[in-house]
Amino acid sequence: MSNKKIKKLTLTQQEYKVFAKAREPKRPVLKNVIRAFIAGGIICTIGQGLQMIFMMYFGFSEVTAGNPTVAVLIIISVLLTGFGVYDHLAQWAGAGSAVPVTGFANTVASAAIEHRTEGYVLGVGGNMFKLAGSVIAYGVFSAFVVALVKITVKALGGM
Amino acid sequence: MEKFIWAFIVGGGICVIGQLMLDVLKLTPAHTMSTLVVLGAVLGGLGLYEPLVKFAGAGASVPISSFGNALVKGALMEAQRDGIIGVLTGIFEVTSAGISAAIIFGFLGSLLFRPKG
Repeated sequence: MSNKKIKKLTLTQQEYKVFAKAREPKRPVLKNVIRAFIAGGIICTIGQGLQMIFMMYFGFSEVTAGNPTVAVLIIISVLLTGFGVYDHLAQWAGAGSAVPVTGFANTVASAAIEHRTEGYVLGVGGNMFKLAGSVIAYGVFSAFVVALVKITVKALGGM
Repeated sequence: MEKFIWAFIVGGGICVIGQLMLDVLKLTPAHTMSTLVVLGAVLGGLGLYEPLVKFAGAGASVPISSFGNALVKGALMEAQRDGIIGVLTGIFEVTSAGISAAIIFGFLGSLLFRPKG
């Protein structure tokens, strides 16, 4: 929290902040990191297995096999989200299940399912990208800037 | 077999970076994922992400950072062919599978499943 924000609070509120902070449970960082490593590693290993299957039996090259792999992982993730399994996994794994592309699919599917009671257009359609939208927005904008910079640098004779 | 081990280590490693951002920097999951995507895009622009994908396979292409890299890759590929306007038209070229699958199956999921609790 910035200093400016703290100054706006009354004395009691400031005291409460200190009080709450001292009693906040310490995050078990090491345990979380180990769990994230294991879960993330396993998901990527499954992805590697799928990739090999697509390369061996469906004639994809090493470069193009990534796309169907991602699609299959997304289908699996949506099913697990629907059955309520992914939430349990996420609770255990933290970033290990959020960072792989399955986590992206999970945010889309869970938002879509959660808001279906509000109707299929406003609820499902409107809220599907509630969480995943930031990833797409920042991804696309940063990619746009990076691509422009790279083209400019190339045009100027660098790299 | 070696590929699997590297996929596990590199994929797990990227998730560890994400977990540290959550726990140590106290970012929300949305901030963490957005940051990783931007990082992937920058690494892709510097030409450092492709070698990682070659080396670790799915370990680098499954984490969300590869989304940023793939966006840059699509934009640059099309820009090479069509000039500067290709940056706009090509940005989703490579990531189409991921986004389309997420939308289509997310929608189907909302038809099939009911919210829990």
